[in-house]
Amino acid sequence: MDLAGVRTMRTASGREDLALAPGETFMAGATWLYSEPQPGLTGLVDLAGLGWDELELTMPGDLRVGAMTTIGDLAAWAHRSDLPAAPLMHQCAESLLASFKVQAAATVGGNVAKSYAAGAMVAMAATLDGVADVWRADGSVDEVPVADIPADNGVSHLGHGDAIRAITLPSAALAARTAHRRIALAQHGRSGALLTGRRDTDGSCVLVITAATRVPVVLRYTQVPTADAVVADALAAPGYYTDPLGTADWRRGVSATLLAEVAEELA
Amino acid sequence: MTYSVNGTPVDAAPAPGQSLRTFLRDAGHVEVKKGCDSGDCGACSVLLDGQAVHACLTPAQRAEGRDVTTAAGLGGGDGLTEVQEALADHAGFQCGFCTPGMAVTASTLTSEDVANPEALAQRMRGNLCRCTGYRPIREALTHGLCGSGEGCGGCARTLGRLDAAPTGEHTGVGASVVHSAKDRIVAGREPFTFDEMPADTAHLSVVGSPHAHARIVAIDASAALAMDGVLAVLTHEDAPDVLYSTGRHQHRTDDPDDTRMLDTVVRYIGQRVAVVIADTKRQADLAASAVMVEYEVLPHVLDPEAARAPGAPLLHPDRTPADRVADAARNVVATVHEETGDVEEALAASAVVTDGVWSTSRVSHAQLETHGAIAWVADDGRLTVRTSSQVPFLVRDELARVLGWDAERVRVFTARVGGGFGGKQEMFCEDIAALATLAVGRPVAYEMTREEEFTRTSVRHPMRVRVRAGANIGGTLTALHVDVLSDTGAYGNHAVGVMFHGCHESIAVYRAPVKRLDAEAVYTNNVPSGAFRGYGLGQVIFAIESAMDELAHDLGLDPFEMRRLNAVRPGDPFIVAGAPDEDLKFGSFGLDECLDLAREELAGPDDVPAPEGWAVGEGMAASMIATLPPRGHVAVASISVGADGRFHARSGTAEFGNGTTTVHTQIVAEVFGVPRSRVRLTHADTDAVKHDTGAFGSTGIVVAGKALHAACVELREALLAGADASDGTPDWGALVAGVDPAHRRGDEAWAEAFLDQRERSVAFNVQAFRVAVRPDTGEVRILRSVQTADAGVVMNPQQCRGQIEGGVAQGIGSALYEEVMIDERGAVANPAFRQYRVPQMADVPLTHVRFATTADELGPYGAKSMSESPYNPVAPALANAIRRAVGVRPMSIPMSRDRVWRMLQA
Repeated sequence: MDLAGVRTMRTASGREDLALAPGETFMAGATWLYSEPQPGLTGLVDLAGLGWDELELTMPGDLRVGAMTTIGDLAAWAHRSDLPAAPLMHQCAESLLASFKVQAAATVGGNVAKSYAAGAMVAMAATLDGVADVWRADGSVDEVPVADIPADNGVSHLGHGDAIRAITLPSAALAARTAHRRIALAQHGRSGALLTGRRDTDGSCVLVITAATRVPVVLRYTQVPTADAVVADALAAPGYYTDPLGTADWRRGVSATLLAEVAEELA
Repeated sequence: MTYSVNGTPVDAAPAPGQSLRTFLRDAGHVEVKKGCDSGDCGACSVLLDGQAVHACLTPAQRAEGRDVTTAAGLGGGDGLTEVQEALADHAGFQCGFCTPGMAVTASTLTSEDVANPEALAQRMRGNLCRCTGYRPIREALTHGLCGSGEGCGGCARTLGRLDAAPTGEHTGVGASVVHSAKDRIVAGREPFTFDEMPADTAHLSVVGSPHAHARIVAIDASAALAMDGVLAVLTHEDAPDVLYSTGRHQHRTDDPDDTRMLDTVVRYIGQRVAVVIADTKRQADLAASAVMVEYEVLPHVLDPEAARAPGAPLLHPDRTPADRVADAARNVVATVHEETGDVEEALAASAVVTDGVWSTSRVSHAQLETHGAIAWVADDGRLTVRTSSQVPFLVRDELARVLGWDAERVRVFTARVGGGFGGKQEMFCEDIAALATLAVGRPVAYEMTREEEFTRTSVRHPMRVRVRAGANIGGTLTALHVDVLSDTGAYGNHAVGVMFHGCHESIAVYRAPVKRLDAEAVYTNNVPSGAFRGYGLGQVIFAIESAMDELAHDLGLDPFEMRRLNAVRPGDPFIVAGAPDEDLKFGSFGLDECLDLAREELAGPDDVPAPEGWAVGEGMAASMIATLPPRGHVAVASISVGADGRFHARSGTAEFGNGTTTVHTQIVAEVFGVPRSRVRLTHADTDAVKHDTGAFGSTGIVVAGKALHAACVELREALLAGADASDGTPDWGALVAGVDPAHRRGDEAWAEAFLDQRERSVAFNVQAFRVAVRPDTGEVRILRSVQTADAGVVMNPQQCRGQIEGGVAQGIGSALYEEVMIDERGAVANPAFRQYRVPQMADVPLTHVRFATTADELGPYGAKSMSESPYNPVAPALANAIRRAVGVRPMSIPMSRDRVWRMLQA
């Protein structure tokens, strides 16, 4: 929709352009920004001029995903890749409410920065131990685990003017076997619970709850846990919430059921 | 910046924050529709360098230097691409508003994408259709993308496009012809309400109430008035002090006079407080947020039971029965209490008794074209309103009354309307657009946003229905008590009609020696409820058909036979809980056949396999509907023919995907034995005919069509009376020249018919499902879906099937997914399609549709109405199937996954 209050638009072409004036915000894929009225927003800084869309395996075998890489491009890359963890990238892309048309514009970095509970790029990166390079507004650079970026449903720990430059997925996680379950109140509705997991080559296991909880719940095990243990951990997890896309009790219940399936698939 | 649209270079400068959708529409590309403006419905889909995108989510600046392709340019030049041809030929649309975006999206798919239904549904999840139930769209896309240049068998393309079909093909009554504008519709070239606007049109934006109940103390518009482009700010001081109802009926006294265009008291969150008119929509939106309003907050009540309890805040304390408000001191708009005997005694003597309280949610019509109107004073001095309405004549009459104008000085018309489902049997925007144009002296457009659609129009009345029913050991009903509480929200539009209709055919369908009805419709400080497909029946039928199923279950009886045993049949009176109906008759009776056909179809194989470990069950429900509303429904129609043998039909009823305009041309073709291509139709314009009650109550064929048929028969007789008895090809010139002067209008022969249809027949529907339920997640999967319909003689089988499939899809939406939620303050909590779950392609299964072979005494050619009614039995059939799968009865809809899961946790 038209953003009635926006009076200025500028395209960033270097780091010096990232200093935000009052009322300004960054624009990545724009698919969320343009989907709701944005009261108080007066200016947009388009990050598209920066490039930031690299998608490359670095020397140690890590995958570096530029923040402006579209979710569609990541999914297509994963589709072609024979890395054991690649299917999770594709599955998480498809877990979004967004159609393929939105995925063609929405960015990986934007999805993480928005920090919706149902943000499936958060799920993907949290499951694969993804780390974000965060360009702070004060000029510094931090490495922040993606699982730690969400502060609440739709609220991140990023400060005003902080930008995610790229997300790195380490090679060890990319070599892991992964599993994925998802449920929503409708087949392709916004996720009510998204359950992901990976089993590393050393047998250790990471299970992640997103969408059902306000922020990601990352459960780490030295080996794939039993179904009973998973159910108990899922039921004990904090942060289940109620909104029009599902009630807290249901999100908690189905998270336990489906996370046990994830563990079973990884066993 | 420069970019190209459909191959033509364009040089234009978008505003900061402007979306590609409005940028393209400003450039004249009105084929890019607005359904949601939030990237959820897909109606604005375009290609950007070949990649499908939602234009509403795309910053216009990102089109710089790129090629945009819209639905109008998909086929190159004036042509159509394969998927568009297929959508047109397979009737892959009803209202057609979603179709251009659907076609653009589908044009990027491959034969691989359509190879399996799940993959197709996943690819198409960003495109919503509210009318069709998706089956014909799936079919069209599959044929259009099959990858075989010669077509894939059974495909219209193999047969040649229908337009190229040999002349002489039957296009009259009984033929499955598609709307004659189909090629324009799939290309987005058929104009809807906002696709044509007068020059210099200004735009209107609404200031809504943040409080559920408040008195307006002061409004300061000075800051808004000082802003760029602002022409006026209108408040209650500018609005006529006239009470009316937004709900429209043939008799204006059917609805309470409880609404002012702009009031001094606001009674729900979102209600209009003031409107801003500005040169552009954007300026109006900005200025609306600068209007300062001071409120005195009043106590509010959201729960209908609390609303009628002593001490509750009163919404309309000054209204009286003379205003058609039954008991304003209890917030009760309408009330009925009647009985045919002592129900307590009869229940006590029954072998089995069931007793339950069922509830239904608020549902949004979710038609893809939002409400909206453009008003101006035409050169002839008449106030003229182009609107998206089901009832242009009724809007004209009430608008004239509210403004104090003669009705002759007001013209209201519609273009093609992008869906309605009852939501446009209202005057939600014409009033304020008219006031605005009179205030600023320029044309004014008021196009609602999707959020306004949720917060400022109407929803389906939520009802709480208690049913107590008794039967003897053989299953014969002994007593039936129905107690209804209907929440009409802040205003009483349709409160009375929906309550009475909801409790009418639902109860009258069963013969019980003792019946009792208690029903009330109550004001609350919620978004108003209004007319919705089924008009109250669906809510009450959900409860009664659930109770019937429970009795059948307790008695070990076949649920189909339970209905056959207890339903009325020819010879029986129609009794709710008082005196028998006098205007209702069995013009035909198809229930038995519907029951038989449904049982036979349900025995077929699963269309979708049941997953391992899921519980499986079957359920059914029946419904009856009167073929038109009570106490008169008026239609005037005329037909003329010139010496060239071309016909011009005129009727008042609106086309919003219901298919009546197609059938009307078929009627003319049938009566005169001419191809449909020789028939032109003017409709939904107060200038076209003297009066038409409008397109509601499924009357487009059985009233408007019947009037047109009568006019055609009269003209045919007039032509034949003046003609020499001769065979062979008619000489139209001689025939027209020979008619009696009473049947001449200029160079044409002409006839007109007036119909006030009061006698009514009944139609039946039976829905059956087999479902699988996963207890530990609450998921429900429909394995097989069947609906049988007693539609009388089916005038266009493809269209009628489409109405049924669309009704089933909407029924599945209400039963499993859809609920307009209200937060603790009284605000709508999910006013967008990403939170309000309109069924997507993946959510709607194939439904096997069969027709009974009845022919009705009353309808034209033996036809009966069949638009609203297919919706009504869907929710209880699903509930009954779930009940039999899991052993627990769902008591409320939607039976969403969280509710089903919780129901099974106990």
